[in-house]
Amino acid sequence: MTEYTEHLLREAPRKDTANRFRLVWLLVIPLVAVLSQVYVPRFVQFLAYLELPLLITVHFALSRGGPVPSLFYGMFIGLVQDSLSHQPIGMYGIVKTLVGYFAASVSMRFDVQNPVVTFILSFFFYFFHQFFYWVLARALLGQAIAFDVQQTLTFGLLNAAVALPLFRILDKLKVAY
Amino acid sequence: MDFFLSRYRHLTVLLIVIAAQLLLIAYQVRTNRDVPLIRVWAVTAVTPVEQGLEFVRRYTWGFVEDYFVLLRVRGQNEGLRRENGQLKIENNYLRNELATADRARALSVFQARSPSKTIAARVIGNGTGANSKVVFVDRGSTSGVESGMAVVTPDGIVGKVVDAYPTASLVMEITDPTFAAGVLSQKNRVHGTLKGQGHAECLVDYVQNEERVDVGEWFYTSGDDRIFPKGFPVGQVTAVQNGKTFKEIYVTPSGLQGGAEEVLIVLQGVHQEVPTRELASPGYRILPLPAEAATEIPQGAPQPGAQGTDADRLRAIYKQAGADQKHVFGEGAPGSKPPDFTKIPSVHGAPPPANAAAPAKSKPKPEGAETTDDEPARVAQPAAPPKPNQ
Repeated sequence: MTEYTEHLLREAPRKDTANRFRLVWLLVIPLVAVLSQVYVPRFVQFLAYLELPLLITVHFALSRGGPVPSLFYGMFIGLVQDSLSHQPIGMYGIVKTLVGYFAASVSMRFDVQNPVVTFILSFFFYFFHQFFYWVLARALLGQAIAFDVQQTLTFGLLNAAVALPLFRILDKLKVAY
Repeated sequence: MDFFLSRYRHLTVLLIVIAAQLLLIAYQVRTNRDVPLIRVWAVTAVTPVEQGLEFVRRYTWGFVEDYFVLLRVRGQNEGLRRENGQLKIENNYLRNELATADRARALSVFQARSPSKTIAARVIGNGTGANSKVVFVDRGSTSGVESGMAVVTPDGIVGKVVDAYPTASLVMEITDPTFAAGVLSQKNRVHGTLKGQGHAECLVDYVQNEERVDVGEWFYTSGDDRIFPKGFPVGQVTAVQNGKTFKEIYVTPSGLQGGAEEVLIVLQGVHQEVPTRELASPGYRILPLPAEAATEIPQGAPQPGAQGTDADRLRAIYKQAGADQKHVFGEGAPGSKPPDFTKIPSVHGAPPPANAAAPAKSKPKPEGAETTDDEPARVAQPAAPPKPNQ
């Protein structure tokens, strides 16, 4: 274990609790994320790989810290996504609930302000999100959908790359309490 | 239990939330029912924003997009215009080629049928002069062309050669103000002199006011000028009015319709008869009536034209029948016995009285007037008069 990784683990808790989102942003940001997911690919198809609601959930969980608020936030975003899909309501809800919970749990142990950590966590949670959704779809709904690992990894990298500037922008929206 | 809940509070909440959602999914899958409330909320919250975004996009980015589309369309439009122009030119070229081929074929057919010896020539240029209507043709004295030769097309006369050079000839068109030619009207056989006016129409001069010329009547060359053989069409009368001494008859030359490009120069002219049948329109030939129709005229019926109208002829037949029975028309009181008209031959098929059909047979049909369009082929049979005793 190098000194750097020890630092990441020891100095961990990024508790940016002094700065928090206003309530309106907490509602508007996921709405914008969901909207962008349903609206933007109409015109720019290659942006369909972007899972902005997931990134918002991860960002909230990493910055907010609390597992319970994060899991509820993830559930809320997931249910909104479910409502706009043709799947039974709860699929994205469960996955994002788990993502919110685990991201919030992880944020207790890592320095999530570090871009490398942010990148890795974003990549990991994207893969987790996609994999768990696939598992749920097969297990609960009996859907024989394919899981393309290579594509998922690639899209995970792209989402992680987008997460870095996105998290910076979202951090700017916070206000000091 | 309390210890577990307090120690694993977060995990407990997570499990509860997950379990709730699993139950929700299970309910939906099991009952195959949706949860409309949540969807309605979500859709109601999202779609207005989406509509707003779409509105903004349409009038901002859409406008910009339309602008660029318009620019592209403009470019395409210019390209299409160029292509259209090119195609028009090509189309005109092909049309001209086709028309040239048609004219050449018509010329060759006319040349073969005409008794006059002609040579085909092509108009290669116009002569100078503001009012003069002269053109150059590509046949000259080496081809046997001489000054004073007539220039015609199958549609009519075009002009006459005024100068013959070795390789070309100068042709004065009939619209030239100094042009003159002898003409003859088709229907009324009125002689006159065709004169060019410098524009599209020509004037037929020296026709007495007392002469009859109808609008639409055709004029043909009369051969009086010793240049144009008799019988070539000249044109159709478009206007006729009386002048101080002579009629003013305007004729539209038929040989220059559409501009003459290929012409025939008459090397040795042969006079022809002016056709007696009236042309329905240039280029259309009217067939004669079938022979059987011409011979189906009843023997007892008088020939048309012999005694005026059909009523006159009927009157003559009845009058003859009355005279045969020694009946004097205009006498006799009401109720007296009328003549017996049942013996009229054309009505009941009995042999005609010898003198009843005499007027018709006495006047033969004019020579050459076989059966024309304005001539009825058969006379309408008279209606049977009412029988007096019935």
